[in-house]
Amino acid sequence: MSVVETKTEKTDGWNRPPLILPDGEGELLEVAMGPHHPSTHGVFRMDVALDGERVIRLKPVFGYLHRNHEKIAEGASYLASMPYTDRLDYFCSLTNNWAYAVAVEKLAAQEAPERAQYIRVILAELTRWQNHASSIGFLIQEMGASGTPLMYAFKEREKILDLFESLTGSRMMCNYMRFGGCRVDVSAAWLDATRKVVAGLAGFVDEFEALLSSNEILMARCQGVGILKPELAVNAGVSGPMLRASGVDYDIRKVDHYGIYDRFKFRVPLGDHGDIYDRYMVRVLEMRESIVILEQALKEIPSGPIMDAKAKIRGFRPKPGEAYGRIEAPKGELGFYLISDGGPNPYRYRVRPPSLINLTVLEDMCLGSNVADVVLIFGSVDIVLGEVDR
Amino acid sequence: MKTAEEIKAAIEAAVPGAGVEFVLNPGPAAEHSLRLAPECAVAVATFLRDDAELAFDFLSNVSGVDWPDKEIAEKVKVTRQVTKTVDGVEQSVEETVDETRKRVEPGCLEAVYHLYSVAKKHGPLVIRMKTANRSDQVQLPSLTPIWRSAEFQEREVFDLYGIIFTGHPDLRRLLMWDGFKDHPMRKDYVEPDDYEYEPTPHDAVLARAQERKDREQGSKGARD
Repeated sequence: MSVVETKTEKTDGWNRPPLILPDGEGELLEVAMGPHHPSTHGVFRMDVALDGERVIRLKPVFGYLHRNHEKIAEGASYLASMPYTDRLDYFCSLTNNWAYAVAVEKLAAQEAPERAQYIRVILAELTRWQNHASSIGFLIQEMGASGTPLMYAFKEREKILDLFESLTGSRMMCNYMRFGGCRVDVSAAWLDATRKVVAGLAGFVDEFEALLSSNEILMARCQGVGILKPELAVNAGVSGPMLRASGVDYDIRKVDHYGIYDRFKFRVPLGDHGDIYDRYMVRVLEMRESIVILEQALKEIPSGPIMDAKAKIRGFRPKPGEAYGRIEAPKGELGFYLISDGGPNPYRYRVRPPSLINLTVLEDMCLGSNVADVVLIFGSVDIVLGEVDR
Repeated sequence: MKTAEEIKAAIEAAVPGAGVEFVLNPGPAAEHSLRLAPECAVAVATFLRDDAELAFDFLSNVSGVDWPDKEIAEKVKVTRQVTKTVDGVEQSVEETVDETRKRVEPGCLEAVYHLYSVAKKHGPLVIRMKTANRSDQVQLPSLTPIWRSAEFQEREVFDLYGIIFTGHPDLRRLLMWDGFKDHPMRKDYVEPDDYEYEPTPHDAVLARAQERKDREQGSKGARD
């Protein structure tokens, strides 16, 4: 962390107000947290103005990982962007695939068959589970417990990644879903292996919770810190576990009923304080609900085709029109907005990144708290820079 | 949820002179949208958010769209007077000919907003605004004062498309760096020869730079 003392007004073309201390006394510090800092999960910078230890302003700076994903996708065919969506939120490539498939299926009026829908749900819930486990691991790491809890979370994540690898050929860049179905069918052996892994997940969550949920340090650092009010959360477009930790009952799996989520019984956990602890707790409870969904889906999965018979792989040209498809990704609402002009490439391809939009309220959550808490508040948002910068 | 037409009627009843236009989506998704006149957009957006029945409190997505100037070739039937020799006598005869005419449809930049309601659990409602042209009249009113979630997204549209959102509290580039000049998501954006300074540019970069140089010199020669 580099500490820079500011004495004069800083203008560097940023069009921002000069730093003036509220009482006009004392030293004012401007701290650049990042872009290379372990707590920023990648190349990301927060320009923080401090009065002593207290944060009086925080401006996030983006773009270090920007590669204009949208422009590249507009120059490629619809299918050619599917592997590239893996690289958005590289922790959850399968849900990225699904969100893109949902948007294109809406654009071209396709529907995935029954079995493919079940496979999608199974993979998405496994993805959600491993995302939440590792995001909690990272959060604990930022609290100072270096390494061990994160490796603990990764131990279980590893089993899920092995399942992904045996099905799709890749651990993280899965590139598995297609418009109107999935790429390859799952075998009975894969389903058995998945059942075995899922049977062990609940015990792991119990263990994880026994270690963490009533841990004194975790409670002291997280409770009452980084509070987000529900009104602001809705107005600022915050989505996913962060929105629900503020007590807003909004889960796209329940609202949009995309895929076949209306067939499964599961609950939507809500927080009531909107602090870091609630975000942690909502994620833990969502992991438990994911296991409930997984058990139902693995029991009911039917046999049958995995691709829409009408779906065209080559020469795919949707009719002119536009569509916005969205799903409940582990980090929030992931949406794709597509405009087709009848050609083989999308005319407009837009990703609605939950990671970026959830950061809108970062400053509001951090104002008035200590600089050490900024790291935790930021960690509790759960972002991946590949998706923030695209 | 009300259909887009019904919402249009509700807006017109609540905001006099709102100037809302229904835009048909021809695709199978059939998510039709409403185009707002920029003058009244803030009033209409406030109504959409605060109306008890509509309650669009959640702005999900903001995206820019670039529509460059389009040259449209049209076949027109033209009638004109032609002098012809009929039976040895010169006569003026009317003749109808097909003629191809080209006209340029001026382009624009468009901002598209997808609204949902968390309170009522409905959506999406798609609203859009377009600028007068793509060069000097690119101002649109910012909806960030109504929905905070537009803050970063409008910055991104400003950065990548060059739409200037008036009333935005902090309109800076979001993804590109501050000194950057162009707007990369525009359809007519030309990539630089190389993105960063290279001490020894490699072959592909050199070839591209040479091509550009030749092109520029060629067009200069033609003008002179």
